Amino acid sequence: MAPAVIIQNLQKSYGNTKAVKDVSFQVEPGEIFGLLGPNGAGKTTTIRCLCTLAMPDAGKIEVSGISVINNPKQARQRIGYVAQEVALDKILTGRELLQLQAALYHLPGKFGKERIDAMIDTLGLQEYADQKSGTYSGGIRKRLDLAAGLLHKPDLLVLDEPTVGLDIESRVVMWDILRQLRDAGTTVLLTSHYLEEVDALADRVAIIDQGVVIASGTPSQLKDRVGGDRVTLRIREFSPMEEAEKAKDMLKSLPFVQEVIINNAQGNSLNLVVTPQNDALIVIQQALQAAGLPTFGIAQSRPSLDDVYLAATGKTLMDAELAAVSSRDLKAEKKQSMK
Amino acid sequence: MSSTLSPKSNVSFESEKVSEGSSSGFLGEFVQETLALTRRLFIQLQRRPSTLIAGVIQPLIWLILFGALFQNAPKGLFGNDTNYGQFLAAGVIVFTAFSGALNAGLPVMFDREFGFLNRLLVAPLASRYSIVFASAIFIITLSAVQTIAIIATSAFLGAGLPDILGLSVIATIILLLVLGVTALSLGLAFALPGHIELIAVIFVTNLPLLFASTALAPLSFMPKWLQFISSLNPLSFAIEPIRYLYLHSDWSLGSVVMQAPWGNVSLGGTLLVLLLLDVAAFLSIQPLLRRRFA
Repeated sequence: MAPAVIIQNLQKSYGNTKAVKDVSFQVEPGEIFGLLGPNGAGKTTTIRCLCTLAMPDAGKIEVSGISVINNPKQARQRIGYVAQEVALDKILTGRELLQLQAALYHLPGKFGKERIDAMIDTLGLQEYADQKSGTYSGGIRKRLDLAAGLLHKPDLLVLDEPTVGLDIESRVVMWDILRQLRDAGTTVLLTSHYLEEVDALADRVAIIDQGVVIASGTPSQLKDRVGGDRVTLRIREFSPMEEAEKAKDMLKSLPFVQEVIINNAQGNSLNLVVTPQNDALIVIQQALQAAGLPTFGIAQSRPSLDDVYLAATGKTLMDAELAAVSSRDLKAEKKQSMK
Repeated sequence: MSSTLSPKSNVSFESEKVSEGSSSGFLGEFVQETLALTRRLFIQLQRRPSTLIAGVIQPLIWLILFGALFQNAPKGLFGNDTNYGQFLAAGVIVFTAFSGALNAGLPVMFDREFGFLNRLLVAPLASRYSIVFASAIFIITLSAVQTIAIIATSAFLGAGLPDILGLSVIATIILLLVLGVTALSLGLAFALPGHIELIAVIFVTNLPLLFASTALAPLSFMPKWLQFISSLNPLSFAIEPIRYLYLHSDWSLGSVVMQAPWGNVSLGGTLLVLLLLDVAAFLSIQPLLRRRFA
């Protein structure tokens, strides 16, 4: 069976901006694949190339072995695309939108009708289907959009930032739906700049930064590759700087501690990278006690995808996010998305 | 999808796939998508009828006010024993249909700006000309309603009524004009950066084309240089034959309907020119429809 998606050495520029410099990854049939990266990393451009909305400058894109570039129509038949911004015609009802969608994918009349009913039912849209979509809340709009993307039973569902702007509960519902889809055999490719989302959902991940894939694998593999466990330590709820410094110096001398960082934003708590070992927390607490320092809170965890990102780029996803937001030219992006 | 709603927890997404490529073939697919897109436009019209109402009222105001403005013009000024009302009807019919078609690109441009067009572009359409045809069917229907209203009002104002065959030639002329202009307008909607630019183009096209045509005054009224422009203006190729049909009950395809400074044009000639314009318009927008928005 051909891979669900092959993207090789994809490049795409808009004017002088190299949105995608070199992106390669492969999605296997029946998995949820997450494309993680900060805003402006090139995720959406990659998706636009995959979904035949943008012509790549260079590179290869295949969906189930079909070249998207040479056979766009056949590829489109296999892809269900759910864009980041839900585009509904607010004067149409949900059902009317789905009817239009069914015709655009050439579903035969009776089958189309069955599919529409099935999707309305599956996504819990019964009480909304015959109201104008202009009256919908954000979550319902997104669900209708998802119904439209799934109507023609695509092999591959592509979602660009599926939960941006949704409340927590809607997000969890969306996750559930995507997992059920995957379990029913649909391949799901989603982009996200939410770590938890990709961590919770994706079977495999590619982390993308500044138009380049910087790491890929299962979340677990990626974390293992970064190595070490993370320990978050609070001496007091708000520790004075001198105490934090003192503890830092002391903890650094422990053999299994690789790194200690004082987090000013979190009341001078200490973030440690440690070689995994069972009694790490006990040893740390004993050492603190011996030095006459209290322990307000201590927790050990595996590295997160953020640590993976940090290790590869030298900045946290949050920092990259903030930098991207401040350097963003929204007008230019709007223009780009219309091209 | 907040607390008000959570879908059934154990929904089943059936895994069997839609059979590859429906059996209906290119034409069946093209008709299906065109009709669905047309239906959307008519649903919009039904729920927002103001454009149709304004679209019918406006040309009637034209007829009445413009007609009144030149009411006292000496009889014969606009041709032998023709009053201005008779003269004006053809101009208003054509200009109304033209304006409607020229604006056809606007909804498509808004679809582009709101991202709705992406829905169509990622779909496996048989041809993106279905977008053009849907708009054309919609605009042609609107133009038909407007034209009927203008013809009826003109008849009431004393402009007379061409016979059935004449009316069907008028319908053909409007059809040809609307098809071509709609195609060009949609081409602009695909090509221009945004709706501001599209509106600007419509703005600088609309009235100048009206004034540089024979809609409001005959060629013989114009200075030589304007006669040249007017007699090359596609609008004149639609107005003059309709006007001829209004004023002559005995006509044939060979009747000379326009005496341009560069030569005479027959009724059949105007139809041919309009047809060629349509072909040119459809061919010229092909690369715009085909190009991916890269």
